[in-house]
Amino acid sequence: MLVRFSMLFSRDAQADRVVPPSGFTAQLTLFASGAMAFLAVFALALSLASGRLADRWADELARSATLRISAPSDQMAAQTQAALTVLGQTPGIARARALTSDEQAALLAPWFGADLPLDSLPVPQLIEIVEDETGFDATGLRLRLSAEVPGAVLDDHTRWRRPLVKAAESLRRLGWISIALIGGAMAAMITLAANAALSANRQVIEVLRLVGAKDGYIAQAFVRRFTFRAFIGAAVGTALGLGGVLLLPEASDEGGFLTGLGFQGLGWLWPLVVPVLGASVAFVATGTAARRTLKGLS
Amino acid sequence: MIELEQVGYSYGGGELLSDVSIRLTAGSFHFLTGPSGSGKTTFLKLCYGALQPTSGQVRAFETDMRALDRDQMALMRRRIGVVHQDCRFLDHLPLADNVALPLTVSGRDMAQESSNLSELMNWVGLSERADALPPELSGGERQRAALARAVIMSPDVVLADEPTGNVDWEMSQRLLQLLVELNKMGKTVLIASHDLALIRAAKSQVQARVLRISNRRLQLAGADL
Repeated sequence: MLVRFSMLFSRDAQADRVVPPSGFTAQLTLFASGAMAFLAVFALALSLASGRLADRWADELARSATLRISAPSDQMAAQTQAALTVLGQTPGIARARALTSDEQAALLAPWFGADLPLDSLPVPQLIEIVEDETGFDATGLRLRLSAEVPGAVLDDHTRWRRPLVKAAESLRRLGWISIALIGGAMAAMITLAANAALSANRQVIEVLRLVGAKDGYIAQAFVRRFTFRAFIGAAVGTALGLGGVLLLPEASDEGGFLTGLGFQGLGWLWPLVVPVLGASVAFVATGTAARRTLKGLS
Repeated sequence: MIELEQVGYSYGGGELLSDVSIRLTAGSFHFLTGPSGSGKTTFLKLCYGALQPTSGQVRAFETDMRALDRDQMALMRRRIGVVHQDCRFLDHLPLADNVALPLTVSGRDMAQESSNLSELMNWVGLSERADALPPELSGGERQRAALARAVIMSPDVVLADEPTGNVDWEMSQRLLQLLVELNKMGKTVLIASHDLALIRAAKSQVQARVLRISNRRLQLAGADL
């Protein structure tokens, strides 16, 4: 296979000429591979962005937890201090810090407004917990807290982290499935175009066989042509797709996930694979179609 | 060179050839005659492996053609030059490229072969028409070009299917002359033709066996030829 693929580059101008140029199939191949590459770039951007999101959510949320202390106001300070002491003694916790009133007010501001009189409301005290590399035993910590800090409720984010990470991973999977489907559709279209070209050139193929051409020689004349067309089409489609991705809004906290669609860092190199994949799909599809057609000839 | 042994060929439920046995020895010259539709073209196709017999055996160069895979068949065809009745050119290629097609597909270095090509084009009198496209050629020019293409690989055997079918008497004599010259160079020649006048004219120039297909069988033609 690799040898056959490398033979494509040993361009034989004379051999290329034996197959007449075919305008319709050339345009169809160029358009199909261009359109599919364009879509593949967006599917790739979606997949990579989803992957980043899933990783970030999984990473950030897995390393943090929140302790909520609901207690009468006269016991709040004591229970907070007791909780911080317990947390400080718990293996796997890198640091624990009670949120200040301003920080808690900022958290509630989106729902209750910025001028919330926090001091006059029975708002629970929140403690932010950051895990170290090893992580902590949530069950053991809950048991100890229930004994020593009765008003404490530990939230390790598991409950709502899982569906978020799952959703992001589903999106990533969907992106890759889309790329596979795009590849399949491209292979189908190029196979149709190759079959049309092979049928239109049946007499040419017969003549070539009669003068002693081997199947490999004839197949290669078609394969080379379709592979280069697919590569050119996919390269143009990829360039347009990248232009489209560049025009998408840049990632921002306000925009959330939708503004994070795109490539980052070395991720920009991934789309360069698309034209190569397009050419490979055309190489395999045309080779298969050519061998099937040639088998039917004497 | 090519040997058919009790060969039969059926198509669409009907038998076209039956119990055909013949040996085309090296350097021999054969005519194959018979009425239109008698199976002359089928006989030629069996000789160069475009058709496989439904019974019997065809051997080319001591090898059973059924035993050849597709690549081996392609290599074998380079040793058998065929002049088709309809010439079968690639209309998008200039005449010189059509004539050189067997060299091209066999991967020969065209730079090295260019002198052979021009010599051959000169031999068939088409040097001036090298750049013409096949649809621009006359019947005689097409037949001579087809002959040039058939012999450019210096094959051991030349098979010609009605090579004079679409040309005038003068041109048919010219083509015959070229085929006789090939035979004198040691090539085995088989010409399928229903042109009895041509066959009679040839017999004065070359020692030829005349075969006739009659009632699906191959026979040696009588003294009337």
